[in-house]
Amino acid sequence: MKTIDKSLPIETAISKIKNGDTVMIGGFGVPGTPFCLIEELVKQGQTGLTIIKNDANETGMGVDRLLENGQVKKLIVTHIGLNPRAVKMMNEKVLEVEFCAQGILAERIRTAGAGLFGFLTDIGLDTDLAKGKPTTTLDGKTLLIEKALTADYALIHGQRADAFGNLTYASSARNFNPLMAMAADHTLVETESLLAIGDLEPEEIHTPGPFVDGVIFLPELTENYGVIQR
Amino acid sequence: MSSNDKNKMIARAASEIQDGMTVNLGIGFPTKVLDYLDPGLSVCLHSENGISGVGPTRSIDDADRNLIDAGGAYISTLPGAAFFDSAVSFALVRRGRLDLTILGAFQVAENGDLANWTIPGLFTPGPGGAIELAQKARRVVIMTTHQDKKGRSKIVRQCNLPLTASSCVDRIYTDMAVIDVTDKGMVLREIAEGLQVDDVIAATDAPLLIPDTPIATF
Repeated sequence: MKTIDKSLPIETAISKIKNGDTVMIGGFGVPGTPFCLIEELVKQGQTGLTIIKNDANETGMGVDRLLENGQVKKLIVTHIGLNPRAVKMMNEKVLEVEFCAQGILAERIRTAGAGLFGFLTDIGLDTDLAKGKPTTTLDGKTLLIEKALTADYALIHGQRADAFGNLTYASSARNFNPLMAMAADHTLVETESLLAIGDLEPEEIHTPGPFVDGVIFLPELTENYGVIQR
Repeated sequence: MSSNDKNKMIARAASEIQDGMTVNLGIGFPTKVLDYLDPGLSVCLHSENGISGVGPTRSIDDADRNLIDAGGAYISTLPGAAFFDSAVSFALVRRGRLDLTILGAFQVAENGDLANWTIPGLFTPGPGGAIELAQKARRVVIMTTHQDKKGRSKIVRQCNLPLTASSCVDRIYTDMAVIDVTDKGMVLREIAEGLQVDDVIAATDAPLLIPDTPIATF
């Protein structure tokens, strides 16, 4: 027996995404955002996408490039304060934005990744975000039912990966990546460091390979991944 | 608000952070309290993007591209820091492991209601982690300008902006005053140097209870 090799060219991997698909994108600000996979999606031009991400990145980067290119129908996010285009498009009603409390977004994704359908919480109960959501009573407490959040594809950035899809993440680049890698129907990972199978110690792996469908090696990182001069 | 008033407010609020606490600081003003902390203080700073043990910020030249806080500032970590995913990060918040959070505000109401995620049609950054922080930190402290840019009081009888969380605020630090939110209403605790109690009352929409004892200045 030998280990499965899931390495793919970036064009082939991204061409599987269809118009109208729901796509989860890892990252919190710059760290962990798979900028090269996003750029390939911009290049291929699939439209009508629902994007699930913590934030909408900043002008000229990541999700902003998809917005600029008119590919996004809906964003499911926690915060868009650093992206004036997203705020403007939302106010002009050309972009649908669903806000979620940050930990609830994470937990909805984690829940889907665990093969479950929802969970109960008191978070946001007194806010507009609860509007239209079902509630239930447990032990005398009224609680919101939050539904699991899945997607057709997850786009992930791993600092290190092997061709089977075992992944590790760098410091604060972990964020939503391991959750999304488990939650989508198909998980595509870009990595800046593709190691030989067996070179990652089993104990250090953050996302195990069975959750991953395609591994894309980036021979070099673009300037988007670097330190931002503000 | 002059930068001097701002700095006094930040310095005053920094005293909230006490030895042994686990703390989350909101984006903007709240993060600046770090500049006023005693370097000898033992404290664990949490950041929503999956860090416990946040250390001092780093200059651009010294920055690690993969290591930011939730506000996007390049940071360092202290010995004993940990990285984790966003689900674990908010498990820590919801489970009640934060002793204190310091957040910004658009409005705070007399009963402790907080609005800080949207001014509909005008500015909607989104809630980020604020809903969970406001609902679940053991102590919720607000740091904000007393009035908005149009001179309207941010300390109000009732919020007319969408809420982040209800009845969650314990104390407010502004450039004019320190105010406690209590079961009986808002109590004026301290005023900025050079102001009279009446100045604060006049600048505040919500009714303020004034203790019989002398009001300290900061």
